[in-house]
Parts: sequence; structure tokens; C-alpha cells
Amino acid sequence: MITTQKSARIGVYICHCGTNIAGALDVEQLTAFADKLPQVVLAKNYKYMCSDPGQDLVKKDIAEHGLDRVVVVACSPLLHEATFRKAAEDAGLNPFLVQMANIREQVAWVTRDKVDALEKAKAHVAAAARRVAQHEPLERKSVPITPRVLIVGGGIAGIEAALTLADADKEVILVEREPSIGGHMSMFDKTFPTLDCAACILTPKMTAVKSNPHIKLLTHSEVEKVDGAVGSYKVRVRRKARYISEENCVGCMACIDECVFPKPKFPNEYDQGLGLRKPVYLPFPQAVPPVPIIDPETCLQLSKGQCKQKCVEACGERQAVLLEQQDSIEEFEVGAIIVATGFKPFNPSVMPYYGYGTLPNVYTSLEIERLINAAGPTGGKLMLRDGSTPKRVVIVHCVGSRDKNYHTYCSKVCCMYSLKLAHLVKEKTEAEIFNCYIDIRTPGKGFEEFYNRVQNEGVHFIRGKVGDVSPVVSDNGQPTNMMTIQVDDTLLGKVRKIDADMVILAVGLEPQKDAEEVRRMFGISCSTEGFFLEKHPKLAPVNTANDGVFLAGVCQGVKDIPETVAQASAAAAKALALIDRGSIELEPNTAIIDEEHCSGCRVCNNLCPFEAIEYDEEKGVSRVIAELCKGCGTCVAACPAQAITGVHFTNNQIIAEIEGVLYDSAPPRKEAVSV
Amino acid sequence: MSEKPKGKLALYWAASCGGCDIAVLQIGARILDVAAAFDIVLWPCAADGKVRDVEKMADGEIDVCLFNGGIRTSEQEYMAQLLRRKSKVLVAFGSCAQEGCIPGLANMNNRREIFDSVYKEGSATTPENSDDVRPQPETEMPEGTLHLPVFYDTLKTLNQTVEVDYYLPGCPPEGDMIWTAITAIVEGKLPPPGSVIGANTTVCDECKRTRTEKKIKKFYRTWQIKPDPDICLLEQGLICCGIATRAGCGGLCPEVNSPCIGCHGPNDGVQDYGARMMSALASVIDSDDPEEIEQIIRDGVPDPVGSFYRFSLASSLLRRKKRSTNGNGAAAATKTKAS
Repeated sequence: MITTQKSARIGVYICHCGTNIAGALDVEQLTAFADKLPQVVLAKNYKYMCSDPGQDLVKKDIAEHGLDRVVVVACSPLLHEATFRKAAEDAGLNPFLVQMANIREQVAWVTRDKVDALEKAKAHVAAAARRVAQHEPLERKSVPITPRVLIVGGGIAGIEAALTLADADKEVILVEREPSIGGHMSMFDKTFPTLDCAACILTPKMTAVKSNPHIKLLTHSEVEKVDGAVGSYKVRVRRKARYISEENCVGCMACIDECVFPKPKFPNEYDQGLGLRKPVYLPFPQAVPPVPIIDPETCLQLSKGQCKQKCVEACGERQAVLLEQQDSIEEFEVGAIIVATGFKPFNPSVMPYYGYGTLPNVYTSLEIERLINAAGPTGGKLMLRDGSTPKRVVIVHCVGSRDKNYHTYCSKVCCMYSLKLAHLVKEKTEAEIFNCYIDIRTPGKGFEEFYNRVQNEGVHFIRGKVGDVSPVVSDNGQPTNMMTIQVDDTLLGKVRKIDADMVILAVGLEPQKDAEEVRRMFGISCSTEGFFLEKHPKLAPVNTANDGVFLAGVCQGVKDIPETVAQASAAAAKALALIDRGSIELEPNTAIIDEEHCSGCRVCNNLCPFEAIEYDEEKGVSRVIAELCKGCGTCVAACPAQAITGVHFTNNQIIAEIEGVLYDSAPPRKEAVSV
Repeated sequence: MSEKPKGKLALYWAASCGGCDIAVLQIGARILDVAAAFDIVLWPCAADGKVRDVEKMADGEIDVCLFNGGIRTSEQEYMAQLLRRKSKVLVAFGSCAQEGCIPGLANMNNRREIFDSVYKEGSATTPENSDDVRPQPETEMPEGTLHLPVFYDTLKTLNQTVEVDYYLPGCPPEGDMIWTAITAIVEGKLPPPGSVIGANTTVCDECKRTRTEKKIKKFYRTWQIKPDPDICLLEQGLICCGIATRAGCGGLCPEVNSPCIGCHGPNDGVQDYGARMMSALASVIDSDDPEEIEQIIRDGVPDPVGSFYRFSLASSLLRRKKRSTNGNGAAAATKTKAS
């Protein structure tokens, strides 16, 4: 034994968790084992420890038997540590004198053999009992919260959350990577199933963001660094050079008109490259802020250093065109963060059999949105590449979704937007439309009705996955506009070939390309498909494992606009509830540096992920700023002088736990060792 | 000092190089004060004294015993137990007694391997031994049975053998520290039993070099670079153990441009010196790429045990390389499978 035992009166409570635990191992035997452990005064088992009678059991024993330590042998502390700490506190015991042994997730659910499970559970119980004897009573500290929220992403989720918080008179920093807020929604023509014009319902919100005094809008900007912790995050934002001053620009667009390029020449990213723009451009007419931007790669002055700079001349004394502008850095302190970074559409060019990128009239759904949008490159006229109107259109469902080669998940919105596009294309062109689907999924308010409506409009529905899109060659060998779409019609039980002049690929939604870096920066997790992970899929869908970081919109998982708006409102409410409290109780399990033992070697100085360590030049020692410390233990492990202690995770506590596993519960060997 | 009645002092030398005995003389002329305050009842290195005389003493008759060296043989073990019994205050004097020191590095081998190396494979100090003669605990001779102490498989520290009251760190302890300890003992101003007599911070505290945040891209051996005399040696890539080593020496090695090798042992409360060093260095390697990190360590630290456990292997959490025999007995080693 390395640790010295401290005297303690420990009560051990073993939960059956219905049959979750009691069905997997013998709780009576486990109780008998626990009862014999050193310093354990009593050991009991009960059907549901988390129930009121279960908690009362603990409270009563603390009073009657003078327990000064409690071990609850049940489920993950993530679920019920707070419950039992509270119960102990109610009975007058310091809540940190409670330890949980998780034998549900870590034993019962993962061990088939009942005997093995019992032995493993014994190790957990012995470890917890030895550890809890080493616990010290701790007090929580209260620190003020900065009542300001950072929202990352200016799509509909970020916009909604920002407006909600601003309505409550809270300061918001809204950071958007693109030159304008609006996100994907601003690219859509109409929204399903009501066929509201997307721009008509979105742009009022966009301008409301711009005019709201509580919202600081930073477009063409990216969050570079996040330090600190819940209540006081320090955020560094890079404002990329726009080359046009947002302060001075009045939105007259003279710079665009007078640009040395007489006509738009470069593909407009916002139009999915279908429309053209000049080097100086406004992404779309309703852009917010309504300030043009100069693309340094195509601008002659910025790329080659040679131009007559007509834009500067046109701007005149307003001096809004700043060709010398550099990126700038702004730093903010915020109490909470809402991540609403959205998604990117699946890129179908990786599926050569659908011809995207090789056959001119194969489009993604987002491209079609631009083509039928009145503000789009064609002024809302749906046309093929040669300018003619499509006559037969095939919509291919589930492109990149429900496909084990790409994404196994259902992207949820594609069925409905395909129906919407079918309706809109038919309305605009009178074309004959085929929907090739695996299943039509329309579980939503008014969704099934919309499906019926589109069916009644004469749109064809073929149940089957499209296997191939190939060009039709005319008799004299010339390529034509026509394509043959091969689909396995599972209702007819035969392969059909449909000729069409336009193919729309209903691409799925996937995480942003830089989701991994974003995840790391904000200290949150990803699910396997790469969407950000909520704290609990049912009970904490907008929270994350990082207390002050909330999620809104598709960055958390595929969802449609109403769901996104609802989640954004929820995230705003959660953030509001947090920052409105004024102060936050810090967990006391922080690191502490003993200045007597610290020699100021500075090994720990750049390790802290929360920047909670400062160096005192005068005294030559390092110090932990308790408000920022999250108790991760990185510095504790690194300190060569052991001047840093992880409170509630001291060496003695950890070693006592190990001793419990290895010593008290050493299981009988199954086979005798031959000597 | 001389006003008090004379106490009894013993000094003993177990598995160590002998430097600790000599280090006592570093207190200089003050040795006369020691002689005035104490009768030296046992000091095999310097004065005549018989074990049987000690055996005859009453328990606790010796006031202070300064015991240097680790426990490698049955004889050392016996002497440790004897002196423990006879002494009021037992001081683990120097690194060997405290943490095993250089002799403890042999815990990377077992007894058979040590004997192979010394008696079979030959070296500068042993002539060729073609008959593979090895020391035996008992040898029958016409005149009677000859005895040699049993050589144990594992070197133990003093406190792994008997209870120790105080520790005096260093390889060897510094004169001033020895004098501080002796004064404290004479004046009865001792810290709580079990304490290490010395500072409770690390060598960096006494090192005059300037330190900044640490980011290390490459480790160097001492012969590879000529270090800047004013900047932290570790920041220059030399494995300087000053960050983890108890202060008290005055930062002698870094003062002369040589990295600390850790002879003063761990700081207060440290359970495993080498683990502390490794986890500290691992924390400041300036790379996020696992392969590059691997490369930095492979190139820069060819001998991790020698670099980080030079003085403390025997007192570390693991104490020794995994044992393939069942321990201390003379017979056990012969059952060892080849390792």
C-alpha cells in the first residue's frame, strides 16, 4: 500500500437499476463483499437508488449511522452524480464526499458472464470505497458571467438565435465566414411545404440583424481562437480584408459599375458558379451588409498590382474602397457561445455514374434553386445550358444519402425539397417530371398533403434507385441534350430507361469541411458522421459537453428550416438562461499550485487549454486562475516538481482507487498456477 | 554544542560508492564540533568499531545513525535492521539510501545477469573466469565453512527495508546540508519524522538562467551543442532535470553549463521522479504530429531509464524491471529462464 488509510465511516449503496444491474450480476453477493471492505460501516442494495425512497435511504443512514462518506454503486456519474451529491448535501454531508461506482455502463451492460460481472463490480466498489475515504470536503465558488454571446454562423440558425438574444437586450457577436449573412436559406427560391418565398421571409430577419444595436455583425470573418471557459470565453476573430470599408460604404454600387471589367466575368460562388460577377461584387441583391466586396484573386490591382483603380475613383471622397486593407483581429469576451455553422451539400462529382460535372444538364438541387430564383443568374427562368427550356426532368433522390458508400444516414430534407422542386419546375416549364425515390419520407406538418398535391399535379413517381445517367447520341453521332436514366423500378419489378433533358440530383447534407477544426476550437465532440454532438440526444439536444457552448441548426444534424429555427431559439434560450444568472458556480475540482513547491520552471505555462495559468515574474512562480481552470489535469501531470495538485483528483485519491482495484478485489484465479 | 552531554553517533556504509562517507568531511573543521558533541560508536570507513559491540548496546542507545547506501546483500539488510533497533534517529544519508541511486540501476537486471556480467563475461576489473566460479553464500573448506552475504536480486532502498526517520538527499549530500541536519539533530529542531531535510522546491529555484515558456523541438546530448550560458538549458534542448530535482545544491551543475542530472532526488510528495520528468518533458515537446514526436524522443532520449531514473529506479513505483525470478532467495535465481 502506498496510500495511508484515513479513518472514515462509509456507506455503500448498490442499485439494482431494475434488472439493468440486478439481472447481470448477484447484487446480494456484491453487497456482502462491500460490507466487509475496510471502513465500510454498512452496505445496502435497493431497486432504484435514484428514486426518492432510494435517496431517502442514504439521507436516513447519514443521520442514524453517522456516515461521513457515501459510495453509490449504480450508473454513470454523468447521469446521477448530481442527484446523490444533492441527497448527501440535504443530509448535511459535503456533496464531494460522495463517490459513484459505475457498474451499469461499465460492467452490467458489457459483461455477459454473471460471475465475471460480479468480480468486475467488486473491483469498482473497492476502488470507490478506497477513493472516497481520501476525499476532502470542497466548496463551490461563484464567478461572474460575461453577459454576451458569440454566435458562429450567420445562416437562419445564427440569425434566429441572434435576434432572440437581442430581443432580451443581450449583446451578441455574430460571426459569418461569407461576405453576407443568410446562409443556404438565402439561396433557396421557395420553402416547402407552404411555398413561402425564402427571401421574403428571410431578408426581414437579415436586415433586423443589421439594424439591431445589440448585435455586432462581423461578416467575412472567422473565429480563430477560443480560450477560457463557460462564463468568460476569450474569442479571437479574424476580419478578413474586404477591401471596402463597411463604415464608409453607402451601398451605391458605383465601384461595381465603374470596375475596369466592363462585364461580369468570374463565376459567382453564391450562384453556385452558374452566374458571373466582377472582381468587385455584391454576392446577391439582398446581401447584409449591403456592402460590396473585392475578390483579391481576380482584382487586377490586388492580384497583379496594376489597374486604373476606377473603383477608387468612383467612390470618390467617401473613400470606402480600401485596396490597402489588411486582415484585422478583434477580440471579445463572451459568456456563452452558440455554434451554428451549418452544412455543405454533398458533392456528387464523386459518383461518375450520375454524370455530374461531365454531362452539362445534370444539376444539383442547390443549382436548380438558383436557376429558378428570381434573383438568380437567369432571373428565375429555368433553362438548360443551351438556353432552351427542359421538357423532361428526372429528379434523383438520395444522392449521397442512405448509401453505404457515402452517407448511411437519411438527409431528411431531400424528399420534401424534391417534391417542391418538382412542383416549381412543372409550374415554370410544364415539363414532364419523374421522381426516382427509394422511399418518400414526409413526416411533418403539411408534408403528406403536399406530397398528395404534387402527385395530383401529374408528377411521376418511380420507386427505385437510379443506377446510371448516360448521354444520348444522335443517329449521326452528335451529342444531344438528351440523357438516358436507368432506374430499377421496384414496384414494376423491372429496369426502366427514361429519356430526359435535365437531371436534378437531390444531394444530401453533410458536415462542413472544417467541422473537425471547429469542433476542436470549441471543445465539443462529433458523432461518427461528423455532425457536432449534443450533450444528450433526447434531454439536452442543444447543449454540448462544454458547458457554455450550444448548438443550433444543421451543424448538429440534418434538419429543415422550422426545426432549425426552433433549435436556434432553444439554443438562444439556453444561452440566455446561462448568462442571465449573472454568476456561475464553479466546480471546485480545479488545479492549485503550491507556491512553496513551485520553482517557476515554466513547464506548465503553455500547456493549459483554457489559458488558466499565469506566471508571476516577481515571485518567480506560476499560478492557476481558478475561474478559468476546468480541472482537466494537464498541468497536474506535467508539473515535474509536483507543485500542482488536481483538487478531487489528488495522487492519493487516484492511487487509492487503483489499490482498490488491484488489492481489495483481487479475484480468485480461475486456474491454479502450477509452481 | 559542547555544553550538552555527549550523544552517540554511528555512520554506516551499505550499497554505495563510499562518496557519502567522504562527503561528511565536507563540513570541514566543523567535524571537530561533531566530535565534541558525539561519541562516534561506529564508522567503519574512518574508525575502528565492531558489529558485536553494537549488538551489545541497548535498543535506542545510539542517538543518531547516518546510514548511506542501499540494501543489496543480506549483510546490509542485517546492519540496517540492527542499526534501526539501536538508534533513536535513523537518517537515510544520501541518494543510495534514500532512492537507490546508481546501484539501483542494476534493478534493470537480475542477480544472474549481474553475476554473468561481473564474473563470466569479464571486464576490466575481473580476470577471465573460465571455470565460471561465482560467489556462494557458503563454501566448505578444510578449515570450516566460509560465509559470504547473500546477494539479492533487487536493490532496495533503506526505507523499503526498515523505517527511516529522516532523509538527506544528494549524491553525495552537500556539506552545508549535512551541517544543517546535524545542527537540527543536536538542537532537537527536527521536522516531523519522515521528512526530507532540505528545500521543498526544485533546482530551477536556485538556477540563475532566464526561463520562458517551454517548447522543445529537439533534444541534444551535452556534447552536441555549446549551450548559451544565460538561457534555461532545457529550453536549449538539453535534458536538464533541474525542473524535477529538489533544490539545495545551489544549482551547481547548470551554473557551469552542465544540465542537472537529478542527484538531489524528487521534490516533496513526488512518488515517481522519472515519471514526473517524462510527463513534464512530454508536455513541452513542440509538435502535434505523433510521428514527429516519436522521432524527437527516439533521437533525443536513447536511454530513458538512465536519463530519468538514474538515481531513483529502486524507489520508483515499479522499482525494477519485471522480475523473472521469484525474488530474493539464493535458489530462486537458478530457476530463471533465460531473459
